[in-house]
Amino acid sequence: MAEIVISGLRKRFDQSANYAVDGLDLRVRDGEVMALLGPSGCGKTTTLQLLAGFLQPDAGEIRVGERVLSDATRVVPPERRNMSMIFQSYAVWPHKTVFENVAYGLEVRRVPRAEIATRVERTLASVHLEQLASRYPAELSGGQQQRVALARAVVVEPDILLLDEPLSNLDANLREAMRFEIRRLHDATGITMVYVTHDQAEAMVTADRIAIMNGGKVDQVGTPAEIYEEPRTAFAAAFIGRMNVFEGTLGGDGVVVCGELALRTASAPIPAAGMRSTVCIRPQHVVLIASDGSAVSGPNRAAGRIVRQTYLGDLRDYLIELAGGLVVRAVTEPGVRHDVGAGVVVELPAGHCRAVEE
Amino acid sequence: MRRSAFRPNLDAGAIAFVIALAALALMVVLPLGWLVFTSLQLPDTAHLTFGNYLEAFSKSIYLQPIVNSLILATSVATIAVLVGTPLAWLLARTDLPARGLIRGLIVAAFVTPSFLGAQAWMLLAAPNSGWLNRWWVALMHTEHGPLNIYSLAGAIFVMSCYNIPYTFTFVSGALAGVPAEFEDAAAILGARGLARVFTITLPLALPAIVAGFIMSFLEAMSEFGAPAFLLIPARQQVITTQLYLFFQFPARLELAAAYAMPLLLVTAGLLYAQRRLLGRKRYTTIGTKGGRRHLIALGRWRWPVLALALIAPLCSVFMPYAALLATSLSRAWGRGLVPGNLSFYWYRWAFVDNPTAQAAILHSLEYGLAAASIALAIAVVVAFAVTRKLVPFGNVLSFICMAPFVVPGIILAIGFFAAYSHKPLLLYGTAWILIVAFATRFLPIAYTNVTTALQTLSVDLENAARTLGAGRARALFTITIPLLRTGILSAWLLVLIPALRELSCAVFLFTPRTAVITTVLFDFSDAGNFEAVATMGILLMAMTLVLVTTLYRFLGRSVLDARTT
Repeated sequence: MAEIVISGLRKRFDQSANYAVDGLDLRVRDGEVMALLGPSGCGKTTTLQLLAGFLQPDAGEIRVGERVLSDATRVVPPERRNMSMIFQSYAVWPHKTVFENVAYGLEVRRVPRAEIATRVERTLASVHLEQLASRYPAELSGGQQQRVALARAVVVEPDILLLDEPLSNLDANLREAMRFEIRRLHDATGITMVYVTHDQAEAMVTADRIAIMNGGKVDQVGTPAEIYEEPRTAFAAAFIGRMNVFEGTLGGDGVVVCGELALRTASAPIPAAGMRSTVCIRPQHVVLIASDGSAVSGPNRAAGRIVRQTYLGDLRDYLIELAGGLVVRAVTEPGVRHDVGAGVVVELPAGHCRAVEE
Repeated sequence: MRRSAFRPNLDAGAIAFVIALAALALMVVLPLGWLVFTSLQLPDTAHLTFGNYLEAFSKSIYLQPIVNSLILATSVATIAVLVGTPLAWLLARTDLPARGLIRGLIVAAFVTPSFLGAQAWMLLAAPNSGWLNRWWVALMHTEHGPLNIYSLAGAIFVMSCYNIPYTFTFVSGALAGVPAEFEDAAAILGARGLARVFTITLPLALPAIVAGFIMSFLEAMSEFGAPAFLLIPARQQVITTQLYLFFQFPARLELAAAYAMPLLLVTAGLLYAQRRLLGRKRYTTIGTKGGRRHLIALGRWRWPVLALALIAPLCSVFMPYAALLATSLSRAWGRGLVPGNLSFYWYRWAFVDNPTAQAAILHSLEYGLAAASIALAIAVVVAFAVTRKLVPFGNVLSFICMAPFVVPGIILAIGFFAAYSHKPLLLYGTAWILIVAFATRFLPIAYTNVTTALQTLSVDLENAARTLGAGRARALFTITIPLLRTGILSAWLLVLIPALRELSCAVFLFTPRTAVITTVLFDFSDAGNFEAVATMGILLMAMTLVLVTTLYRFLGRSVLDARTT
């Protein structure tokens, strides 16, 4: 069982006032791919280093199955965790050939020579590198080095594979191909993976579940669809996909008032301190109706003026300024045309308005 | 159109360049040409012969020094690598206490000339009079002490001490360049501490280790001072001391020139090999955010390891300087550190009473300053012309500027002597031959430093001045040189420091009227006046310390990495 349970994990560097990881709780199920997704500085790489055993936590613990691997008093060193890791820089050793790189972990485990040869060859074949076994890394492209790192990590059949922004050094096309490659590798091996990235598309393609990280904590955990469709916090909502976020005051009738907008929401509003509440809606759910500028009334509607219009081929991207100064973003079919300066009525359907935590 | 009174233009630049070119011909081409010619010359005639080579390489008394040199150089390089590599690793990768102190002591060993170390160890470990031997006799009640510094083993020991910094510096640089993730990757795949060191860290540092070996091998082959102090009394010659003996009466200049050739070829060949080794790009890696390094905890081994790590500084810095200081403060060193024997007599002697010592101190400073200025002037003009591609054959000029680097000081001295001890260019006996020899010997240091500085400076800065109407020379003097002043000043210091302690050229080219600190040191040591030697040595190191401290202010911590080669 390679279920990972992280509880109350805290870590700071050099007595700094800020914790890089600040009370993190997370459960990674056996055999799933969990993406740690967040902006730079959110603590995701530190979390991975703690998981690998390179760092000792200041508080909290990391368990795999029944075994405690790290707590504030004791750390099982990286070499005794039976994990593998793929580094952002690949860390493919330049003084060893492709074959020697991949064979290293097996040699350390004292696997018989003949078995090493077959296992390395089989793994190299699975990442399409069998022709390059005797090359040195300096003679490989970035994508090929990436696949060496992948082969080196999986050939030892680790319980857990850690990936630290593995695709960030590749160009866009290769990156897209490698996302599916990694996913395919997972489906073939069933290794539990923890995948650190700041790229939401990468997380959505590769991961079974995504943990949105913010300020050293996990903001929300869920499948890509859950996170996209039912974000629980304003941060998660804004981090995945485009999103309009409005802060307002909760009225007595369950309506959130944000300037001239009175918003009914699909889920019950979540009051924060002082009856404040936050509502969000994706731009593609915003409806624009041509208008002669006369006032409109009723919940979830307001009059405004187009201030920016961009044609993107498969859609149009609008920015609308409401009379009170509030700005709304809307994405429509390319056929819907409103000129800059034109008056419109903006409708934010209640079924798509979500109340979120601040 | 208004014109300023002084307007440097391309012509001023051209004149400067021609002067630099002429200087290069006189400093590098002529002496090396004369060296080759002399080796093939039937003495005092115009006839060419291979007789000098035959004589130099057929007599067994001339072959033994070559064998000794090889033993010396191989041993020194091996010891230096075996000590320098672990030291570099300990300081770069572990939580050893007092790492800053050890690093500082290695810098101190680096700037100590090995002939001074040899002198100090003569005080400590001469067969009967050496302090360590006398303490041993007093403690053990034996007749003789165990140490004899006047031996091949003694020379190997002393020279190893002062060669450790080369390997240390090269390997430190290499280790700093190994991304932390390379070691982390091995750790997560299951390799334990020492296995990681031997399968990942050290193989990656291997080119630097080999480069350190070659460097120390060459230093030990071409070093004159320490072998002269320790091996001439032992009557065990090496190549450099044998070359010195060829100069004793009756001088056999042609034999010396022929005898020097193989050393010159070996030096040039090995340095070329070393450059190739360090220049190889096989070990470049994908961009990385650097990774946080996890220092290896030595745990309960911290203090024992620290004690081991301090052995080298103890032998190269603590004990030698203690011996030199104590001796310089003793009226007569043989009487030991007893009340009544302590005095500033020898410092008074150096500054007030003894005109020879005073003149030598002044000469060292004068010649050093003049040599550094000449070397820098040539380096700036030539490096500018070459990096900006203003002249054809730029690579030939670079080669000439760098050529003295492969020439051991003693061989350069033979070339200078051959070229300038007769008309029409009779410089021997004047201060100029020493100044020019120093400038030539350290020209490569000036040239590489200035070139590196120039290459980091965008041409656009200069071109902006030129679009505004400044000529090339004016742009050089008003834009480029002011921008490079830190680089130029440090290059100047990097030439001045070795020029002050230069012995192997000076000892062949000085006359009593042009003696410098190092030659006075050499003569006094030969005469057994160790108090005077110790005092002059301390003064030399005090001057060096001032200069190195100044250099630190320019270069910060990277002093050890400055391009002294």
